[in-house]
Parts: sequence; structure tokens; C-alpha cells
Amino acid sequence: MSDRNPEYDFKWCPGCGDFGVRRALEWAMHAYTEKTETPMSNSVIVAGIGCSGNLVHLVEGDQPFGVHGIHGRTLPVAFGVKQARPETNTIVVAGDGDFLSIGAEHIGPAAQRNLDITCVVMDNGVYGLTKGQASPTTQFGVMTSSTPFGKLEAAMKPFEQYLAHGVSFIGSHYSSRPRDLAKLIGAAMDHRGFSIVHVQSPCTTYNDTFDLLKGNKKLGIAPLVYAIPEDHDPNDKRAAEEIARAPGVPLGIIYREECPTLEDLQEDVRKKARSRTAAEMVETYSL
Amino acid sequence: MGKTDLVVRFAGEAGVVTSAESLAATAAQAGYHVQTYATYPSQILGGPVHTQVHISTCPTLSDGDDVDVLVAFSEDGFNNHKDALVSDGVIIYNSGEFDPPGDSHSFGLPFDEIAKEVGNARASNMVVLGAIAPLSNFPLEALKDYVTKRFTRGRPGDEKIVEANSLALDRGAEAARTSGFHLTELDRPIRPDYEQIMISGNAAVAVGAVQGGLDFYAGYPISPATTILVWMEQNLVGEDRFTYQASSEIEAIGTIIGAGFNGRKAMTATAGPGIALMSEGLGFAWMAEIPCVVVDVQRGGPATGLPTKTEQSDLFACMYPAHGDVRMPVIAPGTVEECFYAGALAINWAERYQGPVIVMSEMQMAERSQNIPKPDVSKVAAVSREVYTGENGYQRYDTDELGPMPLPGGPGAYVANASEHDGMGDSTHLPIRHIRGMERRFGKLKLLNDGPYEIENPHAAITLMPWGGSKGTVREAYLQLRKEGVDLGWLYSMTLHPLPEAVSEELGRKELVIVPELNYQGQWSSLLRSDGYKATSITQYTGLPFKVRDLVARIKQSIEAHKGGKILV
Repeated sequence: MSDRNPEYDFKWCPGCGDFGVRRALEWAMHAYTEKTETPMSNSVIVAGIGCSGNLVHLVEGDQPFGVHGIHGRTLPVAFGVKQARPETNTIVVAGDGDFLSIGAEHIGPAAQRNLDITCVVMDNGVYGLTKGQASPTTQFGVMTSSTPFGKLEAAMKPFEQYLAHGVSFIGSHYSSRPRDLAKLIGAAMDHRGFSIVHVQSPCTTYNDTFDLLKGNKKLGIAPLVYAIPEDHDPNDKRAAEEIARAPGVPLGIIYREECPTLEDLQEDVRKKARSRTAAEMVETYSL
Repeated sequence: MGKTDLVVRFAGEAGVVTSAESLAATAAQAGYHVQTYATYPSQILGGPVHTQVHISTCPTLSDGDDVDVLVAFSEDGFNNHKDALVSDGVIIYNSGEFDPPGDSHSFGLPFDEIAKEVGNARASNMVVLGAIAPLSNFPLEALKDYVTKRFTRGRPGDEKIVEANSLALDRGAEAARTSGFHLTELDRPIRPDYEQIMISGNAAVAVGAVQGGLDFYAGYPISPATTILVWMEQNLVGEDRFTYQASSEIEAIGTIIGAGFNGRKAMTATAGPGIALMSEGLGFAWMAEIPCVVVDVQRGGPATGLPTKTEQSDLFACMYPAHGDVRMPVIAPGTVEECFYAGALAINWAERYQGPVIVMSEMQMAERSQNIPKPDVSKVAAVSREVYTGENGYQRYDTDELGPMPLPGGPGAYVANASEHDGMGDSTHLPIRHIRGMERRFGKLKLLNDGPYEIENPHAAITLMPWGGSKGTVREAYLQLRKEGVDLGWLYSMTLHPLPEAVSEELGRKELVIVPELNYQGQWSSLLRSDGYKATSITQYTGLPFKVRDLVARIKQSIEAHKGGKILV
């Protein structure tokens, strides 16, 4: 429920990581509009289905346009949104279930095209909205309502997947530091090409990993998050692969590569191709 | 008096398609009306193929029931098709390949050998076409003109190729003349006094859509819709245009929805399996009210079915593709000419009612070549949705009548939501929102009841009502039945949903509506019955188009059964 929408009855659970991600995204979008001197309405948030997708209805302040479509299909819709008007600042928000399970088939094509869009993936390692089933990033052996004898699949390693697909910007963060996260999302928006910011955004009801992420001295838990060393060169794919394989949750830019976007290549094609009217096309079939 | 029609079938493997296309183009250039038909297996090269050319002095409605000339490139082609020959027909077989046992209807010609002798191994098609000419009094000169035009491409060696092909025509003609065979002479063509184009159904849909303002296309290869994707890649290019091969049908529908949301006139084309994959996206476009067009070039189903054969079995899937309460606007052109207007109308409809529109074509119409009157594009308007230009805070989905649509970059930011939603597209579960949303989405269909239709002999109690690509064959059967004195009405609507009011009224007045259709369940008559009309189907599910002769007999049976108080279903 918000001022703009008194009927909207969806609520994130208290303490949900998605609150922080929403704030970070709002800040990043504001910074983007200031820097590019474009209106907020030039941004489109394409949201997946799940707790995270509801972010599109919960944005406060200046409103971007939004699409809240079909489970797993954020990237196809974002592809159309971006190509329809390449100056559109196109942002995907989706959860680990939406993006990495049902929607996984779309990551490869988007990366190979180097589509100039920014994805913010909220990873909580569980299907929360359907009340706690295993997701691709749920760890091996974990008991959930759909894995009563423990999960039988190894957890997916998103960063290794992204690198293998050729995603040209890979960032990693968690939801508890929205200021830093906003900067990372901003860098992803600035990147010309396909960028993914993968955010650990814990589910306080079904998979509360805050203690694991931040660490808890009293309980003797060492933090999973760690800052990527300053001397890491994001252009170095081998170094990026090492980070991707290492345990823990890195904070910062894992990988970044400058290469032509699909929009650039399309522009070249447009210059080469001759545009004909329907009347001219009809003529080519004349007897 | 000679014949008004000539049907030539080419059967075998290689060479079949080129021969048919060359003959059709020549006949059309000479002033005849032509229609081709092709059927082939789902493989890259060869396999049992046959193509048919129906040449007529009047506009052609069907691909022709019976074969006057069969050209058998292979023994299989000979054996599989010899029974389709009319009693006074002729078979020309490739005697360089095989020698059939004595047959009083056939004569052999070593196609390839003669081609080699005239100095161009690839001219065997012309040996064949040359032989057809004297048999039926088809103008040999027209074939020579065709060869000259086709091979004069401004390349070195053109002359030599033209000469060899021309010689091949002569050699074929000479062989036919000395064969002793002769068909009833084909009448000279009555050259139409209007301008013509020769085009396939798929190309016609594509050009029509461009005339409607199409500027965005995404599609995935699938028979028999692939040629639309290829056409778009070559033609929907340049300034402010976008064409792209999607990674799947699921991606294609998502992409055109995204583009439609962001202001483009967007389209995809697919076949039955693709419609299945796009169904969730179509429901989303319906729910969020996003303009987009999906062309379904039907083939035999279900599942992978008969990928290269024709059928009209996707009607249920196209009308109700998605879960929940939806009923898509459906445009089903009946001829190659109508394909052009259907392409334009679909784009316009999507813009006018702000939602998805389906065009139903089918293999036999999509892939055949036909000469049609040149569409007057200046008479086909391109309609564009009204774009919102007011203040922020606009309630797009909360207007009584369809309002302007906000576009990203402009005012009126909202969420295009697949969940039930309020005025700005935010999810809601309030019963009143679902009631109003449902009524709004169905209510705005009334904006689309202006499709083209035909009503003839309205006083008859029983009417024929074909739909889609069967229209031509059914028309031929109808004309024959009327000539025989059968009291029968004709009802046709290019748009199946919504129907123009006059068509609904006419349906309501009928004692019986007979729907010939190429599917098992009688899908259109079933929908008509569910809407309260008295309808029955004549079905065929062979993967092949109707034959006029069969239709005439079965329509008579239907009428008789009805008069005896029985309705065939």
C-alpha cells in the first residue's frame, strides 16, 4: 500500500532485504536522471514475478514506467522495450527463482547481444511468495517444503554462469548497504552493455541469512560478505573467474568488459539498409 | 471451344518447385490467372515433393481437382500421382531416370540428357515446360520471353544461358509435337485490364502489415511461417525499423509486448507450436492492454503434427490461447489478396483497441504464388493509438471508454501489469476491480466489428460459411451448386472475432450454417453453436486442401440430411 495506491495490498515481511534493494534502486535511478538530464519517466522497470517483482509497485517518489509481466520473462520484454526506443533506461528486477530457474534460458541471448540493460537480481535462495520452496541458489541438502529430505541438487553458482554466458558487467552486493548498492547499480546503468547486479537480499521468513552474510561474533559466525580487493582488475576475466569460484559474497564489480552493444550494431545495419515503403515493396511483385 | 483451365502437376524430387514457379510466372505474364500449390516433406533436400499449377482464363479459386498434365521426374512421382490424371490427360516422364511399363497416357523424355545436349545441365526444367506448351496450346513464345527476362541479369554469360534455355524449350516442344499426344486446347488468355502482382500469402501479410505501419518484428524460425521472418530481415530494415530473430517463440512474444508497450507497432509470426508457447504472453498482452500482432501460419497438428502440410486446426488455440477469460480478436484471410488487407487490418486493430490481435493464415495459402490485383496501398490507412499527453497521475485503466495510452519518456507513468490491477496498473484483489477490468477488456472489442464480409443469396434458409484459406475452394463449390439450382446462401467474414454485426444477424436468421473446414472437431461450427447459431461442419483432416468435387457432394449430403430432419455433426 502506498499513497499512490491505497488498494495495493502486497507487503514485504518486516526486515525483508528487498526494502534495501528498492531504496538503492530509487537512489540509482535519481542519480541517473540527474546525470543524464532525462525525466524519470524515461526509465522502465521490468519486474519478474515473486516477492522481488513487487518492487515495481513500491517505488516511492518520482515514478518510472513499469511492466509486471510473466514469471521468468523479464528479459524478453526488456529486449523489446529497449529496442523499441534505445534511449529508454531499461531495468530488470527479478528474484533468483524468476531469473535463474524459469527465466535462465534468456540470460545467454541477452548476454550474446550485449543488450544495453541493467538487471538487479534479488537472491534470497528460496521461493518466498509460494511459501518456501527450494530455488536454484538454495544450498545442497537444505530442507524446504519442496525438499523434505534435503535438496538433492547442487546450488547454482550465478557468477560462474554469468561469466560463461559472456555478461559484460557483473556486480555483486547485499541489501544491507543500500548506499553502496546504489552506487553499484549506478555503475551498471552507466555500463554500455548487458549488466547484472546480483544482490543477496535475504528472506526473513524462509531463509534468513543476515547473520551469515554480516557475520555474528556472539554466535561465532564469520561474515560471508567481503569487499573485492582494490587491486582487482574487473577487465581481467581470469581474476573474475577466481572471485566467482571463491566462497563468500564479494561486494563490488567482479567483471566489466567494453564491447559493442546490439544497439550499436543495429545502428550500423540501419545505415546500410534502404528503407522502402509498402508501395515500393508492392512494386517488386509486379507482373 | 477450348478449355478454360489447365492443371499441371510436377512430381518427384529435384526440379519440381522451380518448374512450377517458372510455369506459373510465365502464365501470369501471358495474361492467365494462376495459383500454385506445393507439398513436401519436412527435410532439407529432396524427398517426395509435388507442386501443382492451376492456369485459368478466369481468376482461380482453387489449386484444381484434377491433373491435365503430370510431369514425373522420378518413378515414385509417376506411381504416386498417375491416378490424379483426368481421362484424357498426359504424363511426361523423365525417361533418363526410369521407364514405366506401357501406359497409353504417357511419353518419355530424357530431361537431363537433352539439357546437356543444349549445353546447360540446369535447363532440364525448360525441356519440360517446352513440352507442355504444344500439348495444350500454351504459348511457347511466352515461355521464351520468360527465359529471356529471367536470365538477363547483366552478368557475363547471360546470353549463353538464355540461348541454351531457349533451345531447351524448343527441344521439349519438338518432342511433344512428335509424341502424338494432344490435350484439348487451352483458350487464349483474357488479359486483365487492371494491374497485377504475383505474390505468396506470407509475403502479402508482411507487405500489408508494413502498410499498416509495422515497424518492429521479432520471430523464431518455424515452418510454414519462416518466410515471414526472412522477408522481414530483408525488408523491414532502415530508419526507425527493427527486425530480429528471437531465441524462441517465448522470447518473440515477450519482445513484441515490450516494443508495443514502448510505442511500436510490433508483430511476430509463428505456427501452431509457437502459438502454444506464446499463449501466456498473449494473455499478458490482453490483460495489460498492449498492442501487438501474432500471425499463425497453420500447419497440421497437434504437437509437431504435419509441419509442412495444411490444416485449419488452430482456431480454438488462437481464439482462446491463454488461461483465464480471454477471447482474442482473430482475422483469418481467405485468399492471397486478403492476406495483404489482413496484415494491415491486424496492425490497425491492435492500435485501435490497444491489445493483441491474431492473424490466422495456413500453409497452402502462405506458400502458394498467385497473381492478384495490385493492392492500392493509398486506400489502406495506417491507424495509430492515441498517446497520452496530459499530467502525471493518469489512471490508464480506469476510464469508461478506451483512453489514450501513456508511453515511456512521456507523462502518465503506470505499470503494465499481468495481475488484475487498478487505474495505474498496481495489483489489486478487490472484486470490483476484477469485474470492471473484465468488462472493460471484453467491452472494447466492440471497436473492432468493422471487418470485411460477404453475404449472397440471403433468402436461402441454409448458407455456406467457409473461413480462412478454404474460402476459394468452397467458393468454387458454391458457384457450381448455384449453377445446378441448389438454393444456398453464401456468408463469409474475414474477421472471426469479433464478427461484423451484419454477419451475426445473418447467422441468427439461418436454419443451418454449413462450415467446410480442415480439422477434425469442426472448430468454427462448434464456436458458432456455442454462440447460439445452428451450424454444422464438413471436415477433412488429411493435411491437404479440399477438392471442389468432394465439397459439392458433401454439401449436398449436408443439405439432404438437414431436410430429413438430421444435422450431420
